Amino acid sequence: MTTPKDFGFNDDINMLKDTYAKFLLEQKTIEALRPSLSGTEDPYHGAPRQAFFDTQNWQKTVELGMHAVAIPEAQGGIGMGLVAATAIAEEIGRSALPTPLSNNLIATFLLRAADTQPAQQLLEEMAEGISVGLALYGEDGSLEADSTDVQARDGKLVGTAWYVTDAQKCDILIVAAQTQDGIDLFRVNRLDATVTVNPDRIVDLTRDQAGVTFASSDAASLTENGQGAKCLNDALPALLTLTAADIAGAAEWQLQATADYAKVRQQFERPIGFFQAVKHPIVDMMIAIDETRSLVYQAAAAFDFDPDDAARCAHLAKSSASDTAEFCANRSTQLHGGIGFTWEADVQVYHKRQMHSQFMFGDGIWQREKLADLL
Amino acid sequence: MSDKTLSTEQAEFQAFCRAWLAENKPAPHSTPLPQAAYEVTDPSHLIYLTEWQAKCYEAGLIASDLPKNYGGHGMTGCQQIASTEVRAAGVPYFINWIGLGMAVPTLLECGTEAQKETFLPPIFSAEHIWCQGFSEPGAGSDLASLQASAVKEGDQWVINGSKVWTSLGHFAQYMLLLARQDKSDKYGGITYFLAPMDQPGITVKPIHKMTGESGFNEVFLDNAIVGDHLRVGNVGDGWKVAMATLTSERGAGVGVGAVAGESPMLVMEQVIQLAKDTRRNGRRVWDDPVWRDRIVKVYERTEASLYNGRRARIKELNGGAMRIPLQGKLTGSEISQSLHQIALGILGLKSSLYVGDENAPANGKWPLGYMNTYTGTISGGSSEIQRNILGERVLGLAKSK
Repeated sequence: MTTPKDFGFNDDINMLKDTYAKFLLEQKTIEALRPSLSGTEDPYHGAPRQAFFDTQNWQKTVELGMHAVAIPEAQGGIGMGLVAATAIAEEIGRSALPTPLSNNLIATFLLRAADTQPAQQLLEEMAEGISVGLALYGEDGSLEADSTDVQARDGKLVGTAWYVTDAQKCDILIVAAQTQDGIDLFRVNRLDATVTVNPDRIVDLTRDQAGVTFASSDAASLTENGQGAKCLNDALPALLTLTAADIAGAAEWQLQATADYAKVRQQFERPIGFFQAVKHPIVDMMIAIDETRSLVYQAAAAFDFDPDDAARCAHLAKSSASDTAEFCANRSTQLHGGIGFTWEADVQVYHKRQMHSQFMFGDGIWQREKLADLL
Repeated sequence: MSDKTLSTEQAEFQAFCRAWLAENKPAPHSTPLPQAAYEVTDPSHLIYLTEWQAKCYEAGLIASDLPKNYGGHGMTGCQQIASTEVRAAGVPYFINWIGLGMAVPTLLECGTEAQKETFLPPIFSAEHIWCQGFSEPGAGSDLASLQASAVKEGDQWVINGSKVWTSLGHFAQYMLLLARQDKSDKYGGITYFLAPMDQPGITVKPIHKMTGESGFNEVFLDNAIVGDHLRVGNVGDGWKVAMATLTSERGAGVGVGAVAGESPMLVMEQVIQLAKDTRRNGRRVWDDPVWRDRIVKVYERTEASLYNGRRARIKELNGGAMRIPLQGKLTGSEISQSLHQIALGILGLKSSLYVGDENAPANGKWPLGYMNTYTGTISGGSSEIQRNILGERVLGLAKSK
C-alpha cells in the first residue's frame, strides 16, 4: 500500500483548511485571549488564571462543522479522515487557539478505535456539539497514555486523573481507568457533583489543565474487557499526528513573526536580518518546520491510506515536531531580543504553547526510542 | 510531467528504457571506478565512461526531450522517465556531468542558435568533456570578486588569470569561463565565454584533495585566446548568465540526464546495518540508547527529505514554489555528512583504516565518503551561502551583500 502523491489533500480538504484559516484570522485569537490574562501575570502574587474559553468561537466552529470532520457519517459527522483533521489541527496551532476542538479531534479517533455502541453514541453527541476532554495520565505523567491512577469498580470511578488538558472547556471526560481486566475507557459527566476539577497553574497561556478527582463517580463503559489499552494504542498515531500538526502550525507563525521582526528592527544602521548571525538561525527554523510539515502530512496520509505504516510515520512526525517546537520557540524569543522576553510580546504566548506541546504524548527522544524498535 | 498517469508514448518509452538498460548494462571496469564522476583521473576510466554515455545518448536516454536540430530526440515528457530509470538501474555515472548539468542548461537559456547547434550534440555524446572556470584562488563564496581579465583584440578576447577547483579540467575540451572585461564594475564587469582548452595559453595542474584524490585542478590562463563568437550573452552580462548555470548546479534547473550515485536512503540503511553488526560494551551499537537516538534523528531527517520532495510539487502545501527546492542542496549535503560522521563513530578506531588497507571496512568507503561530503557542503555555494540565499529569496530578509 502507498499513500497518494498529494498526501490525500483533495480539493475538499484544501477548501476546509482555507475556510478555517480565514475564520481564525478574523477571530484575532491572541487579542481575544489577552483580557483574560490581565492581572494574572505575577506568579507569586497575581490572581490565579481562569481558563479562557471563547464559547462564541466554539459555537461558530461547530456551525462550520470543524468539530465533526472525522466523525463517521453514520454518527452524524462529515466522515473524513485524519488528513482533514490534521489540516484543522495545523490551523489551531497557527492561531494558538484556546479551544476544546483539539481534544475533540483526538477523542474522535479514540472513539473510532473503540468501535463500540457506547463509543458510537458519544460520537453522535459530539457531532451535535458536545465537547470532550481526555483524562489519561497518572501522577508521573508517563509518556505512555495509559498510566492511569484511576480505579473502576462496579460502574464507579475513584482516584485522580492528572494533566487533564482543557478540562474546563469540556462537557464529558473520557477517562482511562484500571479494571480487573486491565485498562478500560469510561465516560463521565464533568459537571457531576462527585467530580472535582482542581485547576493547575501552568506555563501555557492558551490551554487550561487540571487534576480531576473522582469520588465514586458514575461512569459508563466505552470499552470492555481491558480493551482500553489496545484502543489507546490503535489511536496513538492519530494523537501524535494531530499534536505534531499543531506544533507545525505554531512554528510557522513563529518563523514568519521572527522574519518580519528581523526586517523592521534596525541596529547598527541596518535591519537585523542583514546579519548572518540572525539570518541563518531563521533559515534553520524554516528547514526544521518544512521537515516537520512533510512528515506530518505523510503521517496523516499513512493513517488514512496505509495503516500498516501509520505508527512509524506518526513517531517520525512527532519526533521531528517536538524538536522543532523546542528549536523554534527558543530562536523566536532569542532573535526578538529584549522585547521577545516580555509579557506583551506575542512570541511568548506561542513559546509557552510549544513548550507544552513538545511533551504531549512523548518528546522527541521518546518517539525515537519507539521508532528504533520498528527499524 | 504529470504525476498521475503516463501517456502512451511515455509508458512505451519507460518500458523501452528498462529493457534497454537491463540488456546494455556494461560489465564492470577491470579497476574500480571512483565514487563520483568528478574524481575520474584514469584515462582508461575516461574511455569506458565516454563509451557508456555515448551509448545511452544514442538510445535516447540523454536529451530525450530536446529538438532534433540541437541533437535531441524530439520526445515529450520522457527525460524524467529516462533519468529515473538510469538512477534505478545501478549503471555507471555519466562522465560529462558538467556538460550535461551546467553547459546544456546555460546554452539553452542564453546561447545563440549557432552555439546550441554546434556545442550541444558533442556534449550529449561525451565527445567534448566540459569543465567550469568560475572560482579563483581569491574568489570563492564572493564569486563576483573574480579577477581573471578579458581584453578584446579584434574579433577575439585575450584572457589572463587563474581558475581553481576545476573538476575534469585535465580531460576537458571546453570550459565555461567567467572573466572580467571591466574592473570598475563588480557585477556588470563580467563576461561569460566558452573557452577551448586545447591551446598554448592554458595550463592545467592537478590539486590533491584532503582525500588524496586529484579530480580537480588549478587552471592557468596566460594570454589564452577565445573568439568573440564563443561569448555567451552580451559583454557585461556574465553574472546573469552565470546565475542560470548555478541554478542548475543547485538542482533547480532543467535536466537532460541523470547523474547516478547512492541515494541517501541507501546510505541510511547501510548505517543502520552497521550499527546492528557492530558490538561494543558487550552489546550491539544499535542497542545503545545514545546511538539509537543519534541514528534515528538522521533517519527522521532523511525521511523528511523524501516527503519534502513530494510536498514541493503541491502548490497548496509547499509554502511557495522555491521554498523547498532551494533547501535541497543544503539539507542533502548536511544529512549526508551527519550519516558519514555516525558511520565513523560506529566503526571507532576501525574507521582509521583507509582505502587500500586489506582490513578496512568496505575498502575505506566511510572515511573516504566522509571527507568527500565536504564537496557537498562547500562547492556550488557553501552551506553558509545557501542560508543567505534562503533567507533573502524565500523569507525576504535584507541582502547580506
